[in-house]
Amino acid sequence: MTTETRLPAEHLVQELDRVTIRFAGDSGDGMQLTGTQFTKTTAVFGNDLATLPDYPAEIRAPTGSLPGVSGFQLSFSSSDIRTPGDQPDVLVAMNPAALKTNVGDLRAGGLLIVDKDEFNATNLKKAAYASNPLEDGSLAKFQLVPIEITRQNELALEGTSLSSKDKFRSRNFYALGLILWLYDRSMDTTVRWATEQFKRRPEVLDANLKALRAGYNFGETTELFRVRYEVPAAHVAPGKYRHISGNEATALGFIAASVQSGLPLFYGSYPITPASDVLHELSKHKNFGIKTFQAEDEIAAIGAAIGAAYGGHLALTGTSGPGLALKSEALNLAVMTELPLVVIDVQRAGPSTGMPTKTEQSDLLQAMFGRNGDSSVAIVAPATPSECFFMAIEAFRIALKYMVPVIFMSDGYLGNGSEPWRIPLMSELPKVEYHYAPLNGDFSPYKRDPETLARPWAVPGQKGLEHRIGGIEKSGATGDISYDPRNHHEMTLARAERVARIARDIPDLEITGPSSGNLLLLGWGGTYGAITSAAEAARKRGLSVSSAHLRYLNPFPSNLGAVLSGFKKVMIPELNTGQLSLLIRGRFLVDAVGFNKISGQPFKIAEIEGKIDELLGLAGPYTFDFGQSASLGG
Amino acid sequence: MTTPTVSAGELLNGDLPVLSRKDFVSDQEVRWCPGCGDYSILAQMQKMLPELKIPRENIVFISGIGCSSRFPYYVETYGFHSIHGRALTLATGLKTARPELTVFVVTGDGDGLSIGGNHLLHAMRRNVDLNVILFNNRIYGLTKGQFSPTSELGKVTKSSPYGTVESPLNPIRVALAAGATFVARSVDRDTKHLEETLYKATQHRGTSFVEVYQNCNIFNDGAFAAFTDREVRQDRMIYLEDGKTLRFGSERQHGIRLDGFTAQVVENAQGDDGLLVHQTNSENPTLANILVGMDYPAFPVPVGIFRAVDKPSYDELVQHQVDDARARHEPRFEELLNSGETWEVS
Repeated sequence: MTTETRLPAEHLVQELDRVTIRFAGDSGDGMQLTGTQFTKTTAVFGNDLATLPDYPAEIRAPTGSLPGVSGFQLSFSSSDIRTPGDQPDVLVAMNPAALKTNVGDLRAGGLLIVDKDEFNATNLKKAAYASNPLEDGSLAKFQLVPIEITRQNELALEGTSLSSKDKFRSRNFYALGLILWLYDRSMDTTVRWATEQFKRRPEVLDANLKALRAGYNFGETTELFRVRYEVPAAHVAPGKYRHISGNEATALGFIAASVQSGLPLFYGSYPITPASDVLHELSKHKNFGIKTFQAEDEIAAIGAAIGAAYGGHLALTGTSGPGLALKSEALNLAVMTELPLVVIDVQRAGPSTGMPTKTEQSDLLQAMFGRNGDSSVAIVAPATPSECFFMAIEAFRIALKYMVPVIFMSDGYLGNGSEPWRIPLMSELPKVEYHYAPLNGDFSPYKRDPETLARPWAVPGQKGLEHRIGGIEKSGATGDISYDPRNHHEMTLARAERVARIARDIPDLEITGPSSGNLLLLGWGGTYGAITSAAEAARKRGLSVSSAHLRYLNPFPSNLGAVLSGFKKVMIPELNTGQLSLLIRGRFLVDAVGFNKISGQPFKIAEIEGKIDELLGLAGPYTFDFGQSASLGG
Repeated sequence: MTTPTVSAGELLNGDLPVLSRKDFVSDQEVRWCPGCGDYSILAQMQKMLPELKIPRENIVFISGIGCSSRFPYYVETYGFHSIHGRALTLATGLKTARPELTVFVVTGDGDGLSIGGNHLLHAMRRNVDLNVILFNNRIYGLTKGQFSPTSELGKVTKSSPYGTVESPLNPIRVALAAGATFVARSVDRDTKHLEETLYKATQHRGTSFVEVYQNCNIFNDGAFAAFTDREVRQDRMIYLEDGKTLRFGSERQHGIRLDGFTAQVVENAQGDDGLLVHQTNSENPTLANILVGMDYPAFPVPVGIFRAVDKPSYDELVQHQVDDARARHEPRFEELLNSGETWEVS
């Protein structure tokens, strides 16, 4: 473009209900930061939104390479939305590799903004492009807007003390400024954030703000964009809002459990993707009496938590799938000693190391059964990033009341994803109660509460209640070691029955849509948004489709059997090969049909709609379209 | 439930109790093999505990798996018999959460150095205020006689009928390498020394590591007899005492001196000239590392305290951070919930 002709341009303003944008660049290009800042601005503006950060496990894969591409997608709307969008309307690609790995997802006619300067011979070769896609016509079905982002940004930063490398690194602020302009967003939120973030490095702050403004002003003055878009604020419940990710909500929820119970929180953890953010967040808030223990391994992390539970504290450990596998023996010790313990599993794609930064729901059966012996634990699963807050409190309510380990199943999509959240009032927080064993009672370590079957929680320091517990089977009557056949039979049944009784104490499963009909979609965990939206879309098309989402996986809500019986067909969409399906079929003898995707990516609404059409006989067998990503590196 | 509750802060009893040995004997039948060295360790522990003047309810014994790990059942305090190798992890969590408790870890050469070796290293480098008693019998007893990580090279056992081809670990050397602040060794049959050593371990802040040579009379009988038998003990063991010259023998007639970086026995040493003076509180572990290399029969086997240096414990540092954070920033959850960028919708 020629700067001489740059004149204030007249722009048409077009109002949209929903927009999905994806920022993609090299993993060193700061795309997560760009996405997060645009998200915060949009949240403050009042749109409903959902995000999907998608980054490689390599901290810095080779610059410009295909595996090194990092992306951040967000969808924002003037109405209620539940997913980060099936297809981006806008793609910002900072280099050829980012274009190649992401353009397959962009909707036809979508806006494609690229940093033209990065489409040089070297980068094209790294991205395995035979010819320059900006020139060979292969992008004709998109609104292609090539911008000299690198050069424009350098010009804007002329005269600053930054090295050319640091100037290059601030390109993301330029791109952010441009997109903020395009969607009529203020720069204030980002300016405030950057001012705080770089307060000790004024030269970097100055450069980043210059880059941001240069991008914004470029949008304002250029004629490249004829149309500017507005997405009005959403109508949401009144109150005070903040933007929150699932992992943040998880950490806050567990602090809330500590505040509400009056018990100090102990968190034992070993760093693991994508659960480490919970450790980071909790370790900041020591003023709440929280003790975080970064253990030498996963086993030590849960062992220490069990020690803290034995000591009468609110004991928490957190991990992802491979870590849960390592914790399984110690988790069984908590089962056997009947101590209140919560285990966070932020699931990721497995098996083994799998794909650490990609999401999956494939630990359900591990959580249910992955231990020796007949070993029942309670399992809860939040459905949205913000719901992680309340389910964390709920996990401890159950653990303390029933003296039982509880697994809290989040996943990478929920943990890293984010949304606006109405901040609850203190009066809205549920109570969390606990009871240590009475000092004046007739104490025996396994004398159960007749209602909950919980054993008494006698903690060191309580005079007169000295006793010994451990992994060896104990007599229910005396608490002494016992190999008595009848005792083991009865203790095994009592441990299971205690978990089963939690069902009396949890809400019924709610149905979205009519309570009977042709098809029920049953889901759990992070697939809530896509499943609920797909069922809703089907109903709008006049189809008899309802949905229900399980927040309690063990025990199931009491009415689950009745809910299932109201529908001719049951479909269970899951990001695994059919783990909930197996449980539902086994428990209820229902011929549930699994809809299973194991790509490391969340469901798209359209995918579930496609399967609905198949099951209702409106279309042929549904097959996934994994787009260009399947041919990565080809 | 309508049970009265006690808050975590109200648990400590203020009165100092007057307790005797029998107050620490539980009602459980002791089930070790007759003649096992464990009996002596249990007896010395039960004799020593009243000297601590700590209420029983504030004492916790935690163990892993193995013969030694049955120990908590026999002591009338709080007790936790955990899983193989992991006692130290539970103890670390308990002590960190509740620094006011006195926590013992009872482990063995298999539990502590094989399956639980990693945790032992990390507990010691962190200096968690725990009293770790490692019963070393150089054999797996509970599983009926396989070699252990402290079994000598070439040892013939059920799982090594042609003799082992692996070298043993020296527990004291491991403790020194991990930076343990209190490292000692004693012997099951030297009851007075054992009781004293256990007491000193409890008086140390941070991890106290005590290796106890313990005889398994079923699967490895007499493993230490060559130097621990009453008749030969004075000549074949050397008692390490802080600030004292390293001397041994029935008349304390022999001594130890340094020859370069190795120890050397001086028989019938005249005067103390040139003999080593033991020093437990040296930051530098070099001397302790030289002493730990003294093996029978070339040397008398050292028992006693190799090292005792004072450093803040992990649990007290963690508590300090919490107290400090609380003093600087009053915990107000509502404020935390409302932190960051917020906006009002009306």
